[in-house]
Amino acid sequence: MMDLTDLPILSIILATPLIGLLVVLLLPKHRNRWLQAAAIIFTLIPLVLSLMLYADYDRHQGGNAYEETANWVEVPLNKETQASNGVTSFTLSFQYDLGIDGLSLPLVVLTTLITAMAAFASVHVKKRWKAFYAWFLLLETGVLGVFMARDLFLFFVFFEITLIAMYFLIGIWGYFNRERAANQFVIYNGLGSAIMLIAFILLVSTAGFHIDQDTSTFIYSGSYADIVRNLADPSAWVNLAPDQTGGLNPFHMSDAMHTVIFLLLVVAFGIKLPILPFHTWMLKVHNEAHPAIVMIHSGILLKMGAYGLIRFGIVLFPEQAKDWAIVLATLGLINLLYGALVAFRQTELKLVLAYSSISHMGIVLLGLAAFNEIGLQGAVFQLVSHGLISALMFLLVGSLYERTRTTTLSELGGLARSMPFISGILLAGGLASLGLPGMSGFVGEFMSLLGLFDSQPWIAGFAVIGVILTAVYVLRAVLKTTFGPIDERFLAVKDARLIEALPMIVLLAFILLLGCYPSVLTDTFQYSVDGVFKPLFSLRMGG
Amino acid sequence: MSSTFAPMTWHDTLYLAPELILAAMFLILIITDLILPQRVNRSLIGWLTLAGLLVSLGAVIWRMIDMNPSGVSAEEAAKAGQAISLLGASYRVDDYGNLLKIVFLIGTSLIVLMGLGSTQKDDAVTDKAEFYYLLLPATAGAMIMASSGNLVTLYIGLELLSITTYVLVGLRKRSSLSAEAAFKYVVTGGIASAFVLFGMSYLYGVTGSVSLADFGTALPQALTDYKALVYVGFFFLIAGFGIKIAAAPFHAWAPDVYQGAPTPVSAFLAVIAKGAALAAVFRLLYSSAFFVSGGSKDQAGDDVMFALLVIAAVAMLVGTLSALRQKQAKRLLALSGVANAGYLLVPIAVSVTIIHSNNFAEFAFYLVAYLLMNVGAFAVVTVIARATGHEELRGFSGLYYRAPWTAVAMLVFILSLSGLPVTAGFFGKLFILLGAASVKAYWLVAIMAVSTVISYYFYFGIIRQMFLRSNDEAETEIHVPAVTGLVIWICAAATVALGVMPGPLMKWIDMVFTIQGDLFVR
Repeated sequence: MMDLTDLPILSIILATPLIGLLVVLLLPKHRNRWLQAAAIIFTLIPLVLSLMLYADYDRHQGGNAYEETANWVEVPLNKETQASNGVTSFTLSFQYDLGIDGLSLPLVVLTTLITAMAAFASVHVKKRWKAFYAWFLLLETGVLGVFMARDLFLFFVFFEITLIAMYFLIGIWGYFNRERAANQFVIYNGLGSAIMLIAFILLVSTAGFHIDQDTSTFIYSGSYADIVRNLADPSAWVNLAPDQTGGLNPFHMSDAMHTVIFLLLVVAFGIKLPILPFHTWMLKVHNEAHPAIVMIHSGILLKMGAYGLIRFGIVLFPEQAKDWAIVLATLGLINLLYGALVAFRQTELKLVLAYSSISHMGIVLLGLAAFNEIGLQGAVFQLVSHGLISALMFLLVGSLYERTRTTTLSELGGLARSMPFISGILLAGGLASLGLPGMSGFVGEFMSLLGLFDSQPWIAGFAVIGVILTAVYVLRAVLKTTFGPIDERFLAVKDARLIEALPMIVLLAFILLLGCYPSVLTDTFQYSVDGVFKPLFSLRMGG
Repeated sequence: MSSTFAPMTWHDTLYLAPELILAAMFLILIITDLILPQRVNRSLIGWLTLAGLLVSLGAVIWRMIDMNPSGVSAEEAAKAGQAISLLGASYRVDDYGNLLKIVFLIGTSLIVLMGLGSTQKDDAVTDKAEFYYLLLPATAGAMIMASSGNLVTLYIGLELLSITTYVLVGLRKRSSLSAEAAFKYVVTGGIASAFVLFGMSYLYGVTGSVSLADFGTALPQALTDYKALVYVGFFFLIAGFGIKIAAAPFHAWAPDVYQGAPTPVSAFLAVIAKGAALAAVFRLLYSSAFFVSGGSKDQAGDDVMFALLVIAAVAMLVGTLSALRQKQAKRLLALSGVANAGYLLVPIAVSVTIIHSNNFAEFAFYLVAYLLMNVGAFAVVTVIARATGHEELRGFSGLYYRAPWTAVAMLVFILSLSGLPVTAGFFGKLFILLGAASVKAYWLVAIMAVSTVISYYFYFGIIRQMFLRSNDEAETEIHVPAVTGLVIWICAAATVALGVMPGPLMKWIDMVFTIQGDLFVR
């Protein structure tokens, strides 16, 4: 195999959907099949590339070999006021900086996989195909960019691109209350992004500052690597108290400011995750958006919240994360129990799944709050696993709705008779969701809780109740759909077509693969744990 | 100081060429309009106006190249770059003025093009030629404000701009809304001018000079003698200019006036008139209040800057909050302009310090971004108004089906207005936010961010109308006049270009502009 490091492979993966977008724009707008074929092709290419990257990855530990940088924005800050200090220049520098590590690579693969499967599921889109696939492909670029970006502002730009693309995808192709859902989505997530932007600006204006000794240049850098390095370096300007630098240090970040920025990041990404009580927008989106879009939303976009929380919250502010771990754990527990209890009361299949997402994201939070290696492994595993499972479930919801025109539990029932295949997959997905050993859901929950038992046994004890509740509400929903008396209307409906069955089988295969061989994922992530996280844990645990 | 009377020389006219070209063109066009028979289409005057603006733009650029030579030694460059002081130091030709003049001239050119597409068909405007040639003295007034070296020239520029715009607002003579708007604008504008003049008289009274160059040395002494009077002077100036730039709480006139005026004139008020008043405030404060702030023992300058910051914060919040319930496109843009006046005030009011000194670049970049998105949005409004006969927001419904490319361009403007990537508005706001954060004005950062999020509500409301709704009234395609289309596409393309690559423009501004040589009047 050709060595992938010779190519700007990340940029290629990132740009492929954009090329697809141009192709879609050039195709005639009434040719639904051509448009979908283009979308499928241009989402399969990144999938193949990212799988190759995944296979290639372990030869270059840490993933640094794939780093791709270019100068993006270099803004000189006025030279006059610094000239007296022998400073040659003062710049604000944002980089086009892409990188992957054991944390982002699995999420990149998850993204390419789920978008490709969602492109198949888009067979049920009924109108304005051209615009749909255009926004769809832009969304994929946005999400991939979020997981690859290594510059704070590049990250922000991609984050906002997903916001804009999702607004259109929800608002045009959703169900009856789509506009309200789209609006609520924009306002909540806009608030989240604004808070994130404030946190980033505070970070860049303090921790982003450093002096390039070779060229005696002052630089405000948006680069993630620079900020991580500066925060960890006791002699960096950000860590020098004013009395150590002769009374004046505008770049110093006080302890209080550490905490403020950390909490801003928690709220910003907590809205996306979503952490209670910021979850209402997400229920609307699950209920109103087109199933193909919910696959992406529930499968990937929610993961951006957790990813941001790990990437920026925990790595940059490990001490604060440790201090607030009990709060995070409590929030996670509330998410887990509340989601599970309310899911049990739902009469609408989509809402059962929406609350189930809230519940499962609670487990992610618990894994993070454990603040040890196994817990973090579990949280990341749970992210990928839940991405696959929820994508599968919403794929099934889409196919069901096409046939039954309803997803209300009381109207469904006995579908196993007319649609044995779909019902079988639904049952399998349900079992994965409730954490049956041998499927991916089990591993994530198990590792997260194992980690939590180590550091916060009481909360972990309560969390086990949530796991039991999950089994109850999932089985209730699945059994109500597939067994029992069947409505006469549904006796004649046909089972899944090939184009629908294919993504179901693929997603289920990945769920089983991760369930049986968790090391496929954990080994990759382990490199990052060794490189980035272990020092954090050992340092803080010892001291 | 050199404030003795000096007669104008031949050299001076060369330095004044950009303004003089506009004035000459203005006179020529008045006479042409009188001589030309009625049947000749007045769009001819429009094209001639555009030509005059472009020639003037050429003269400014030529002057800039002359003052920023490349490939010469540092001393020669410094010598060439020295500000040129004319007419007893009452007028300055420097990079500060030239940069802003370029912005004003390009903006007015786009507005003339927009007028060629819309005003030409507007039956309420009876004297179409007036619309075009009155823009010339208005622009000249704006340019004089950016270039003035003393308070008298500043006031003359302000009045030249104000009086011509009073007429321009009332040009839709067959519309009662326009007459109402003109009346309101005359009254509030007159009060504003009076405030400015009153404030100036206090400054003159305590310092004994009208020259901006003298304030830096005279103010510290004046502060010890007449502290209260200095404060009164500055606060009247701020209130007067506050009305001119429509910053809350001095903004109440803006929605009514923008609604009644011909749309290109609204765009002119929103962009050029606001920009010129901001430029005057910037120059004035950094030649006076700045020298009694920071390290000096009198903190009056800090108080003035803080008052400006408070106005900026109030403008952002009031502008966005009152836009929430707005149903009329031009009123909405007026209120969004109030919020934007707040954003533009931030780099002025966040004082120059050792770690943050590119205020002007932030200001200029956002002004350019604001110009592009606003002129573009107003141009789209003219298209909508012609197709639907009204300027309500519901006129945007189904625009995507009726004029898809115009809808896409409007999407770009709205994303820019709401500060989302990848548009010029995003980086404009980002630079201003970074500037405020680097001097630790965190409360202001928070207010900017919050008001931006609130603004999503109504900006996305327009997007919803355009892309998510269909229009019940008509599904026919909308015809976009070629010139209007040109304006829309220039603005959209530039907005995206600056949103992807803001670096070159910022670098260029930093290269030509110096605080010592261009901003401070000494």
